Amino acid sequence: MPFIANTDEQRREMLEQTGLSAEDLFADIPPELRAESLDLPIGMNEQQVSGHLEKLAEKNHARLVSFLGGGFYDHFIPAAVPALASRGEFATAYTPYQPELAQGTLQAMYEFQSAVCRLTGMEVSNASLYDGGTAMYEAMMMALRITRRNRVVIDETVNPIYRVMIESYTRNLSIDLEQTCCGEGQVSRERIFELIDENTGAVILQNPNFFGIIDDFHDIAEYAHERGALLIVSVYPISLGLHKPPGEMGADIVCGEGQSLGLPLSFGGPYLGFIAGRKKHVRKMPGRIIGETVDTDQRRSFVMTLQPREQHIRRDKATSNICSNESLCALQAVIYLSLMGKQGLAETAELCADKASYAYSRLTSIPGVEPHFHAKWFFNEFVLDLPEPAAEVIGRLIEKGLAAGFPLSRYYRGMENSILISLTEKRTKEEIGYLAEALEGALEGSQAGGSR
Amino acid sequence: MSGGGMNEAKLIFEKSVEGRRATQKTPSDVGHSVNLNPDYLREAPPELPELSELDVVRHFTELSTRNFGVDTGFYPLGSCTMKYNPKVTERIAALPDFAGLHPLLPQLRLGGMLTQGALEVIWRTDLLLRELTGMAGFTMQPLAGAHGELTGIMIMAAYHRDRGNSKTTVLVPDSAHGTNPASAAIAGYDVVSVPSDENGLMDLDALREQVDDRTAGVMLTSPNTLGLFNPRVKEICDLIHSVDGIAYYDGANMNAIVGRARPGDFGFDIVHLNLHKTFATPHGGGGPGSGPVGVVEGLLPFLPVSLVVKREDGTLALEYDRPKSIGYIAPFYGNFGIVLRAYVYLLMLGRDGFLGVSENAVLNANYLRTKLKDVYRQAYDRLCKHEFVISPSKAMEEKGIRAVDIAKALIDRGFHPPTVYFPTIVRESMMIEPVETESKETLDDFAEAMLEIARLAKEQPEVLTGAPRSTSVRRPDETKAAKELNIASL
Ligand SMILES: Cc1ncc(COP(=O)(O)O)c(C=O)c1O
Repeated sequence: MPFIANTDEQRREMLEQTGLSAEDLFADIPPELRAESLDLPIGMNEQQVSGHLEKLAEKNHARLVSFLGGGFYDHFIPAAVPALASRGEFATAYTPYQPELAQGTLQAMYEFQSAVCRLTGMEVSNASLYDGGTAMYEAMMMALRITRRNRVVIDETVNPIYRVMIESYTRNLSIDLEQTCCGEGQVSRERIFELIDENTGAVILQNPNFFGIIDDFHDIAEYAHERGALLIVSVYPISLGLHKPPGEMGADIVCGEGQSLGLPLSFGGPYLGFIAGRKKHVRKMPGRIIGETVDTDQRRSFVMTLQPREQHIRRDKATSNICSNESLCALQAVIYLSLMGKQGLAETAELCADKASYAYSRLTSIPGVEPHFHAKWFFNEFVLDLPEPAAEVIGRLIEKGLAAGFPLSRYYRGMENSILISLTEKRTKEEIGYLAEALEGALEGSQAGGSR
Repeated sequence: MSGGGMNEAKLIFEKSVEGRRATQKTPSDVGHSVNLNPDYLREAPPELPELSELDVVRHFTELSTRNFGVDTGFYPLGSCTMKYNPKVTERIAALPDFAGLHPLLPQLRLGGMLTQGALEVIWRTDLLLRELTGMAGFTMQPLAGAHGELTGIMIMAAYHRDRGNSKTTVLVPDSAHGTNPASAAIAGYDVVSVPSDENGLMDLDALREQVDDRTAGVMLTSPNTLGLFNPRVKEICDLIHSVDGIAYYDGANMNAIVGRARPGDFGFDIVHLNLHKTFATPHGGGGPGSGPVGVVEGLLPFLPVSLVVKREDGTLALEYDRPKSIGYIAPFYGNFGIVLRAYVYLLMLGRDGFLGVSENAVLNANYLRTKLKDVYRQAYDRLCKHEFVISPSKAMEEKGIRAVDIAKALIDRGFHPPTVYFPTIVRESMMIEPVETESKETLDDFAEAMLEIARLAKEQPEVLTGAPRSTSVRRPDETKAAKELNIASL
């Protein structure tokens, strides 16, 4: 039998020593509650299952030249990341309940927390949450716990996928969720300020925002703080190689998706949520936190700490229900950041920005293709308007081997013709050129094409 | 103080040497950006370590030697099902056509056609899990067990809202895993704890008194965290149904019954499974996991968006138009890479394989229990399922030996300790789950170590209280960690 070590002979011996028969093992399950023979296939061996899965893999078109982003990016992953993280001592361990047998995981998670703090400009971080969306939800709950308020203001430039998640999570709770609408790409101060009142506990923003636009939120932080609200900023960690960290803007809680730090896209997961905050709020933080201490011989050691916040101790009064997190993904991220180092991350961020600038000029020179927003400062993504519905054009370009971008009509009203185009350091000048030519070709004959 | 020492752990940041690097700069083929506003830039690059690739490789390799996984040795951590994780699943998850697949692709026009292979993995896993649990359909979105619980409770709430019920409480046994009450609470319910009876099972008389019109549902795992199967589980579900409540099955302990009994047949309406337990995906040092949620027919409309459905032409598609759905609880299709690994495992086992899993999980547990029961205090002296709970005997306690001492002594003997101090309803509990992939020889060695520890407890207790001696650190000071709170090197 697959993955079973005991032989029939051993099983007989064991039953005998136990004084039980094979039937006795399940005697406590009433016969009427037992399943008839289940309709399951015959097992496959390793060779058979590999063949089957390779065939399924071939039915995916993962090798399109891709300009898809929207919070999930095709960055280069150094070989040492999977090589180290896949070591069985890391991958087949569990939550570090026994610190003597888990100093590897524990120290790596402490280093992850440190790296997150250094990137975001914050003081404390946890050892990961599930993903960027649940991290935003946890950040929101944390802010409401701290402020004891129930109103949340979330800007429309925050990733719409996360906004719909927050809507789901708050449906049964007495939380008053306010979303801004219809701005100019950059967060509209006027609209945000209008929504912040004395009941607002959290203001949620994103940088760079979903349209790729870069901002500095220090004025919003000030405004929120004056009214007793906390500022939450969701951030794209690669951008922090170059851009001002939320900690310097006065953010109280920083969260985000860490997939860009050495994790494959893998059709949506496993990914990596992170959350960072101020030391004074650490007891309100969700999830595992690793701390440094010493052992009985005064040797430097690492342990899980502040556990009384957590479900296994506090049960229904816990700060969160999270138990398993994304530890191995956090390990991948800290290995990635260690390999990139101080210079490497900045260079990667710069390269993303370079490619985006170039693609922006190249694509906006196509007749009929216009920038959607006036806001000028973007990182590695931007929004263009096409002369016809973007979804259609993107559909046509798939045949050319291109995932040209994301049609914004899916989430934003009035953006029928808008496409979100994302660049990473992996996209080449040649590929950008190919996209430009293909796009120009696809637009030929459309009304507005050539009218400029 | 003796600080220092040759093996003193050094942080990766402390190994940094200015100007050293592991990756070489990629030259820009598009010239240099003009699109940078100095107001938005950070003053200095983030203080990440500056190291060579070899430095990084040595650092994390060294850390891995201070870790213990299933690949290292026996890991009978109760409630966690630390079974062997087949290596083939890693190779398949790394295939570029899976690993490189962008989750937004299916949202492009006809994009679903570009990801038929991945959708098929999800769809087929759904079918297999339905058959194993007796549920009518699954969502793969939940990212771990606790996330599955929250999803399940949100479905429960959506059901009651849809029915116009005003329900406020969720019943949870006192032996439940901490995530159960926590999930019910953060979903907005008041948690009512149901006591266990003298047999370690949910006290039905108490439950009868606690169930009323406010009851939204019950959360139960069977076998429970004591490793005991509740033969009256159907009565419990019926009782909950009598007030239009929902019976929720925490499937973390499914390994005990997989292939031979199904929560759907017990009367449960919602089930979550832990793919990182029953279905052999690596625990990763604390995740990533995956916690698919299955529901009975009547609750299908409430499952999260999106769902993989089969169209008439045989192709697979993602369904988004689900008006009664609880909405998105994760951005896409869950931890796809984990679902993929579990799918491979499901296929490799097949029907007979699963019968073998539950049979050997239960046999191994009872074999070990029998070997230890005369020397340790057994919480419940009877047939267990995949795990059992013991405590130090009275004689050991009189020598001042606690569960933690036994755990640390096991470390010196090459074993990962069991779960200790959970479930909390048993004093000084040690929860042992040997899992089906372990051999009789391993169990014998472990039993021998446990018996030797029991002997030492009486004869030389100081040997145990001084354990472990073989590790890079021993009994780190948790109080100091919490008091001084150093959780990041800034
Ligand atoms: C009985 C039980 N329920 C739920 C969970 C939570 O699962 P996860 O850690 O995947 O969130 C666990 C995990 O340890 C468990 O043992």
